[in-house]
Amino acid sequence: MTDLLNRPGDGASDDAEGLAVEPITQWDLFIARLRRHRLAMISSIFLFVVIIISFVVGPLLKCDKGATECEFPQLWDHTQGLKDDDDRLLVNIAPRGSIPFGTDELGRDVLTRVVRGGQASLTVGIVTGLLVASLGTVVGALAGYYPGVVDQALMRFTDLILGLPLLPVAIVVGRLLPELTFLPDWMQSGPWGIAFLLGFLLWGSLARIVRAEFLSLREKEFVEAARAAGASDRRIIFRHILPNAMSPIIVQTTLIIGAAIIIEAALSFLGFGVRPPTPTWGGMAASGAGVAVRGFWWELVFSASALVMTVLAVNFIGDGLRDALDPTQTIERK
Amino acid sequence: MRAVDGVSFDMMAGERRGVVGESGSGKSVTAMSIMRLIEPPAGEIVTGTIEFQGQNLLALPEDDMQDVRGGRIAMIFQDPMTSLNPVYTVGDQLIETIMLHQHVSKHDARRIAADALGDVQIPEPMARLDDYPHQFSGGMRQRVMIAMGLSCNPDLLIADEPTTALDVTTQAQIMDLMLKLAEDRGTAVMLITHDLGVVAGFCDTIQVMYAGGIVEYGNATDLFGNPQHPYTWGLLGSMTRLDESHTERLHSVRGAPPSLINPPLGCRFNPRCDFVQDICHDSYPALRESGRESQIAACHLATELDLNTIDVTGVVGS
Repeated sequence: MTDLLNRPGDGASDDAEGLAVEPITQWDLFIARLRRHRLAMISSIFLFVVIIISFVVGPLLKCDKGATECEFPQLWDHTQGLKDDDDRLLVNIAPRGSIPFGTDELGRDVLTRVVRGGQASLTVGIVTGLLVASLGTVVGALAGYYPGVVDQALMRFTDLILGLPLLPVAIVVGRLLPELTFLPDWMQSGPWGIAFLLGFLLWGSLARIVRAEFLSLREKEFVEAARAAGASDRRIIFRHILPNAMSPIIVQTTLIIGAAIIIEAALSFLGFGVRPPTPTWGGMAASGAGVAVRGFWWELVFSASALVMTVLAVNFIGDGLRDALDPTQTIERK
Repeated sequence: MRAVDGVSFDMMAGERRGVVGESGSGKSVTAMSIMRLIEPPAGEIVTGTIEFQGQNLLALPEDDMQDVRGGRIAMIFQDPMTSLNPVYTVGDQLIETIMLHQHVSKHDARRIAADALGDVQIPEPMARLDDYPHQFSGGMRQRVMIAMGLSCNPDLLIADEPTTALDVTTQAQIMDLMLKLAEDRGTAVMLITHDLGVVAGFCDTIQVMYAGGIVEYGNATDLFGNPQHPYTWGLLGSMTRLDESHTERLHSVRGAPPSLINPPLGCRFNPRCDFVQDICHDSYPALRESGRESQIAACHLATELDLNTIDVTGVVGS
C-alpha cells in the first residue's frame, strides 16, 4: 500500500512508493502508437527493403557477362534478352535455378525487370507524393488563411482540377509527353514525366483537406496570440498553423503515393505510361497478361505481386500513421 | 452593425485601467482595435484614430504594426489553455517573440526567456523552457503568457480577461503577480474583465462599457463609492459582498444587452433602466462630468439622481 505520509528519511524507499508521474510527449505517444500497429511496422520494413533493392542493391548486382556465366543473384541487362550458347534467345523460360523468375517473351530476365520496374514505380509514387504534398498544402493553406477573393479563386481552380476525368486526361497527356519537345528529356520519357503529370492531377483533394484544417486552426487563440505578439502572416501560416495540420497532410500523402503507383501501372498497362524498354510493374503486367494465356504465368504473377504488395504496404503505413497521429486515440489499440 | 461606436478615451503611461462590462459590450473589440487585430470579414475599423505615443496606429503600415504588436503593446488572452501553440515548447514560443522584437542572438534570447519565466515565479525556468504547453497547468500557462507579454518590456499591456478561465486562488496569485510586475516596470495595463472584484484591487481608473459605448468613467474609489450611471450601480449591486448578510436575493440588472444590429433609440440602456424617463427615449446622453471630480457618465439623470439613497429592495421587487 502506498504510504501517503511517507516522509523522507523515515526508512521507506523513495522510489518504490509514492505517486510519480513522468511526462509523456506527443512524439513518444506517436512512436508508441505506431509501434503497436503491427501491420504498419511490417509494411515499413517491407517498403524499406523494396526501396533499397530497387535503388541500391539492384544496380550494384549488374552482370555484364553472357547468360551462361552469370549466377543468381546477379542481374542481367533489363533491355537485352538472354541467349544460349548457340546465340538463340531464351524466350518464356519457366523459373529455375539461376533464373528464379523466368524470362519474358523477348528472353529478358523477369527478376531483373521486376527490380528495375520497382525503380520506376516507386519514383512515380514518391515524386507524385511530394508534388501533391507541396502543391496541395500551399494552395490549401493560402485558401484557408485568406478568406474572400484568394480563397474563391484557388478553390474554384481546385474544383476544376478535381473535375478533370483522371484516366482520359492522363492518357492523352501521357501520349503527348514524348512529343512535347520543349520539355527536357527526363520529362519526356520515363517515370519523371508521369510523376509530374500525376502530381498536377492529384493535389486537389489534399488542398481541400488543408483548407478545412486552416479554416478551423486560424480561429484558434494561439494564432491570435501569435499575431498579437507581432508575427507576420507568413510566419503564422508556416510556423504556427502548418505544424498543427501536419497529420492529415502526411496521411493523405501516403494514400496518394499508393494511388499514384496504381495509376502509373494502369497507364503503363494501357501503353501510355513509361516508354519501353524501361520496365514498370504495370507495363510488365500488361505484356505478362499477353503470354499468361499461353501458360507462361510468371511475368504477370511476379510483376503484379510486387505492385500489389508495395501498394498494400504504403496503404498500411498510411493507416498506421493516421492512427498514430490522431491525438484522441489512446495508446492501446482495440 | 457597430460593435463599438464613439468610444474615446486616453490612458496615461503607467496607468492601470479597468474596462468593465457585460459580454458583448465591446470591451474586447476595443482592445483588438488598439492592436489592429480586427480584420475583414470579421470586422473593420471604419472611422476614428488610435494614437499611441504620438503615432496614429491606424495609419501605420502593416510591417510597422507588427513591430508594435508584442513589442510596444502586448496582449494577454482569456484562455491560457489555448493561447499557446501545442506543437512548440514554451521556450520556442518565448524565444520567437523575443527575437521578433529584440536584436539578440538565439543564446541571449534563451537567457532572456528564462529570466522572464523566473519573473513570473515559475520554478526552474531554464529547464521548463523545454517543456510543452500541455505539461503546464492553467495558472502556469497564464504565467507563461504574462512572461511572453512582458518579455519585450512593452509600454502597454492589454489583458483580456486574463483570469476568467482560472480558479479563484490562482486568479488572486496571477493578479498579484501582474500588479507587482506592472508596478516594477511602470507598464500601463488595460485590464478587461467583468469581475468587479478583480478591478477593485488592481486598477487606478475604471471605464464601464455598455452596448458598444462608454457609459461611465472615473477613478476606482470614486466610481465604486459613488456610481453615477444606473448601469454601473446595477453592476455593483449585483456583486456578492462578504460583509453583508444574504437574506435577500442578489440584485440583477433586468433584461439582456440590446441587439447592436437594431439598438434602442435614445439611451441604449433605457429598456433595462429602473429610472427611465421620457428624455431617455428621445436622445442619446453624452458623457458629462457628474458625481465626484474624476467622474464622467453618460446619463441624463446622472446629476439629479442620488443612487446611493435609493432603497435597493424596493427596486428588486418591481
